[in-house]
Amino acid sequence: MASIYPATTQPDARQSAGLLSSIRRNMPLSVGLGILWLVAMVLVAIFADRIRPYGITQMDLTSRLSPPGMLKHLLGTDELGRDVLSRLIQSIRLSLVIAFGATLLSAVFGTALGFAAAQFRGFVEHLVLALADFQAALPFLIISLAVLAFFGSSMVLLVCLMGFYGWERYARIARGLAISAGAQGYAASVVQLGATPARVYLRHILPNVASTLIVSMTLTFPEIILMESGLSFLGLGVQPPATSLGNMVGFGREYLTRAPWIMLAPATVIMFTTLSISLVGDWLRDRLDPTVR
Amino acid sequence: MIRFVLVRVMRAVITILAVMTFAFVVLRMSGDPAEVMLGPDVPQNVIEAFRKSWGLDQPLWIQYLAYLKSIFTGDFGVSMRDKAPALQLVLERVPATLQLTVPALILKLLIGIPAGVYAALHRQSFADRGVILLAILGFTIPSFVMGLVLVLIFSVTLGVLPSGGQETWLHGILPTLTMSVGGVGILARFSRSAMIEVMGQPYIRTASAKGLKWRDVVWGHALPNAAVPIVTIVGFMVGSLIAGAVVVESIFSWPGIGRLLIVSVSNRDLAVVQCILLIVAGTMVVSNLAVDLLYGWLDPRLRSPASH
Repeated sequence: MASIYPATTQPDARQSAGLLSSIRRNMPLSVGLGILWLVAMVLVAIFADRIRPYGITQMDLTSRLSPPGMLKHLLGTDELGRDVLSRLIQSIRLSLVIAFGATLLSAVFGTALGFAAAQFRGFVEHLVLALADFQAALPFLIISLAVLAFFGSSMVLLVCLMGFYGWERYARIARGLAISAGAQGYAASVVQLGATPARVYLRHILPNVASTLIVSMTLTFPEIILMESGLSFLGLGVQPPATSLGNMVGFGREYLTRAPWIMLAPATVIMFTTLSISLVGDWLRDRLDPTVR
Repeated sequence: MIRFVLVRVMRAVITILAVMTFAFVVLRMSGDPAEVMLGPDVPQNVIEAFRKSWGLDQPLWIQYLAYLKSIFTGDFGVSMRDKAPALQLVLERVPATLQLTVPALILKLLIGIPAGVYAALHRQSFADRGVILLAILGFTIPSFVMGLVLVLIFSVTLGVLPSGGQETWLHGILPTLTMSVGGVGILARFSRSAMIEVMGQPYIRTASAKGLKWRDVVWGHALPNAAVPIVTIVGFMVGSLIAGAVVVESIFSWPGIGRLLIVSVSNRDLAVVQCILLIVAGTMVVSNLAVDLLYGWLDPRLRSPASH
């Protein structure tokens, strides 16, 4: 019957044998690979301008649609002879920047609303919950389609729109956690000491609930990448001449039969990136999040 | 119980109202439909006449009231493009979309839940790891990549299945497969974690300690308790039966709601977009409501006023 109670409920008391070896012992191989891939992606995004062999709009009309594997163009070229590798590197940067910005926006926005609901209760709380219901009632893709197509697509609008993705989860989590934190002694005691609500929430409650929120961020991040690439794929996200992973897949689709590598390269990157974040996020959740189990 | 139902119904109604307002605000504030429909070279008096005939010359709040009134009387407006009633245009497309989404939903349920439950009952086994890996893969592959890869394999390379259109049932295979992959992964993962959580509860230990057969413990005690979180996800999937196929329809040129939405959005066909938004939100809200009520039935603890 011992197997019924998962071992994870036991606190790790024997973690004293050095940080590195404990990481090696506790981290599955898949998570390690995931972290490596993510680090590589971030480095690519940061140094995109340095490592890109060609400009993203630089055409080489003599070698159009050349297959991957050539020394001149490692991942081949597209229909205008633009280097797929260079465009891929630039796309990784743009997609990561959008997803990162949007994740931060939605975390801040959602957490703030959740705290506000917990602080004021009553009408504010009902309003926030009604907004969250509204967000959950319409699939995000449909909302984005309506907004983007009617206002036209621009980078700022895209990031802001993506920044609304998943805010309702942070709001619900933050509200729940803040309410239960309010019932615990530490929050009440700093209120008694005369701290302002802002101070109580930012300095005392936020650090205590941060791990759960960070885990939600790792869950939202890949979904935002998928959402952005989906919109770009449909031609409503990132607009040319800028290039993102989804928009490369979208344009590569037309050359699916003759030059599948145009589409396969960004598709592979999307897959590995979202896969890595999911693996790492799951692992983090199991370690950090006190609300599961 | 009555109070529980009333609160849920009220919230559903408020949500629908919010969606209606959102549709109105976004679509009306974003530009002048008259100029978009008629083009830039049309003389001013034609534009004025167009605005008048569509009621666009009235103040915004009068337009809003008129809009609410017409929706409550079942009038969703007329498509500015086809001059046909918007509701009719949208409803015509519903069967095509359901042809894809309903079989996909059935596939998701038939594969996802058993796989997750099996994995949970054989934790840490080879099968468990396999299910987790496939499940994560399933929902991290974007549907447009999945669709294109399937086309590449089955249409381009093997040449056994058509890559687009709606002529025969063969045309439906690839889109249905594409759509179900992600959902299978999500359901498998949710069922797995729900089952694992339930299997750790004291009542399961009690049930097996009092000598019940393992099968009775699983079917009689564990599964009903694991059903609540699974029902949430299934409810969400049922709610997105109508709207869940936008990307897939666009890949496979399937003439459903999703394609209609994209076309109407790029033509700024206000009435049709509004109608789709409302129908999509309506199905979602109704299925969420159904899930909420189902919870109350599945789990009596949630019925008590203290929990909400």
